[in-house]
Amino acid sequence: MTTISDDVTAPNDEENVDVSRQWTYKIRARLVHALPPDRLIPDRQPSYLSSWIYIFGALTIAALGVVILSGTILSLEGPQWWHTSSIGLFVNSMHLWSVELFFFFMVIHLWGKFFMAAWRGNRQLTWITGVVTFAISIGAGFTGYVSQTNFDSQWIATQAKDGINSTGAGAYFNVLNFGQMLMWHIVLLPAGVVLLTGLHILLVRRRGIVPPFAPDDVGIKSSDSKEVAS
Amino acid sequence: MSVETKNDRRFNPDRDVRPWKGGYSPYDIAKELTICFVVVLLLVLGLSVVFSSPDDKAITVQKWSNASQVDFVQTAITELNGTSASAQYGPPYNNVSGVSQKIGPISLESFAGVRIPVNPPQDFVLGPLSTVTGVPALTAALDEFKAATPEQQTAWEDAYVKAVANATQVGNTLVVPVGPYGPVGVMMRQLALMGRSGALDTSLINQDHFYGTDYTKSLLFVADGQYFANVGAANHLSGDQWGMMNEAGNFPGQPWLWLYTFWYQVPPFTTAWSANADVLIWALMMVLTLILILVPFIPGLRSIPRWSRIYRLIWRDYYKGRVS
Repeated sequence: MTTISDDVTAPNDEENVDVSRQWTYKIRARLVHALPPDRLIPDRQPSYLSSWIYIFGALTIAALGVVILSGTILSLEGPQWWHTSSIGLFVNSMHLWSVELFFFFMVIHLWGKFFMAAWRGNRQLTWITGVVTFAISIGAGFTGYVSQTNFDSQWIATQAKDGINSTGAGAYFNVLNFGQMLMWHIVLLPAGVVLLTGLHILLVRRRGIVPPFAPDDVGIKSSDSKEVAS
Repeated sequence: MSVETKNDRRFNPDRDVRPWKGGYSPYDIAKELTICFVVVLLLVLGLSVVFSSPDDKAITVQKWSNASQVDFVQTAITELNGTSASAQYGPPYNNVSGVSQKIGPISLESFAGVRIPVNPPQDFVLGPLSTVTGVPALTAALDEFKAATPEQQTAWEDAYVKAVANATQVGNTLVVPVGPYGPVGVMMRQLALMGRSGALDTSLINQDHFYGTDYTKSLLFVADGQYFANVGAANHLSGDQWGMMNEAGNFPGQPWLWLYTFWYQVPPFTTAWSANADVLIWALMMVLTLILILVPFIPGLRSIPRWSRIYRLIWRDYYKGRVS
C-alpha cells in the first residue's frame, strides 16, 4: 500500500538528484548552448543584410510550403483525382507552379550565396546541405513528373530510364514502376528535402549570415572600415 | 588580429571571415516569412488560374492499336522474334551480351544485373495470347507454334516480318499480304484484337495479380512502337529536342535539368561517345555535382566570387563610400 506524506514541503529526495549526467539534460544543454532562443529566432541582424538577394532564401521556404500544402491536398484524393475533377486540376496546377517557383527561387538563392562565398567562416556544411537539398529536390520533382499518370509521365519515364539504367541504379530505382515512383515522390524524397532544409536553416541560425569580404582583404580602401578587425 | 580561422592558420579571404564588429538592425524574420508565403501563394494562384497545367491522356495499347494497327503488328512481331528495343535492351530487363553501356571497361548496369526481368516474346505476346479462351483457331496456332523447332519458328517470324512490312489498314481491318508465316499470322491478328479491345492493357499490368501499380512491361511495349515516338516528336519531346525536361504544350517542364539534357545535344556525346552517352553523361553530371558540393574546399573555384566582384553589387550599401 502506498502512503502519502501530509507534509508537502518535506524535502523530496528525487528533486535533489543530480540530473547533469542525464542524456536528456546533456542534449538540452548542448542544443541551448548551440542555438539560444535569440539566435534561433533573432529580432536583429547585422546591418550588411540589406540586399534583395537575401529574400530568395525565405521565398524558397515559402514556395516549399505551398508545394507541400498543394501536394497534401492532392494526396488526400489520390493520384487519379486531378484527371477527373476541375478542383483537382486546379490543385495540380498549384502544385506544378509552386514547384516551378520553388526551383526558380532556390537557383537564385544558390547563385546569390555562391557569389557571396557564403561558405566562409566555417559555413561549409551550410553550403553543402543547401546543394544536396537542391539535388534531392531535382529527384523529388522528377518522380513527380513520372507519377502524373498521363502522356507526359509516360514519355519522361521512358526517356529517363536509359540514363538511370546505364548507371546500374535502374535495377533498384525503376522509373517505369508507377507505384515505386509515387512512394519516392510523396514520402522518401520530400522527407529528405524537408529534413535537409530544416538542418540547413538551423546551420544558418547557428553560424549566422556570412559577412561581406572585409575591405582590406579585397583591396578596397576604407575610410571607415573599423567595423571589421584588421 | 582576430579572425575566424581554425588553429591560427593563415587567413584566407575565400575561406575565412573577420568577426563582424559593425552594427545590428531590427529584422522581423517571422513577418518576412509570412509575407513571402502570402506573396508566393498569390503568385501560384494567379499562375494556376491563367495557365492551368498540362494533362494529355496516356497512350494505352488500346489507343495505339486502334490508331495504327499496322505499327502495332509491326512492333508485336519484333517482340515475338526478339529484335525489339526491349528484347535487345540488356540489364536490368534481360541478358543480352554486348549492349551494356560502359565507362572505359566498366559496365555498371552489368554489375547490377537483371533485377526486373522482361521477356518480350513471352510477356508481350505468348503470355497474353495464352489467356484467350474460346478461339479454337488461336489455340491451334499457339499449339503449332510452341511445338515447332526454333528454326521453324524463326522462319515463320521472318516471313511475317517481310509480309507485315507491306501491311495496310483498310477502315478498321488490318490487311497483311499472304506469306509462309504459318500460325504467326493468326497469333498477330488475335493479339491486335486483344490490343484494340483493351484486354492487352489489362494483361500486361496484371499478369500475376489483381492490383497493379507497375507499368514497366506496358511502357516498354508501347515505347517500342513508332506511334509513341511520333506523338513525342510532334510535341517536341524527342531526345534531340531537349527531351524529357520538356512537357507537352507550352509549359516550362523541368528547366533545372537543362545541363543534363544539354550534353545530349553536343559532341562528343552525339558522335564518338554516342554508344555510351547515357552513362558518360551521368558520370559527368555526378562529377559536376560533387564539384558544386565541394566548392568551399577547392582552391581557385572558391575564389571566383571574390574575383567576379559581384559581391560588391550585393553588398553595395556596405561598400558605399569606399574605393578600390
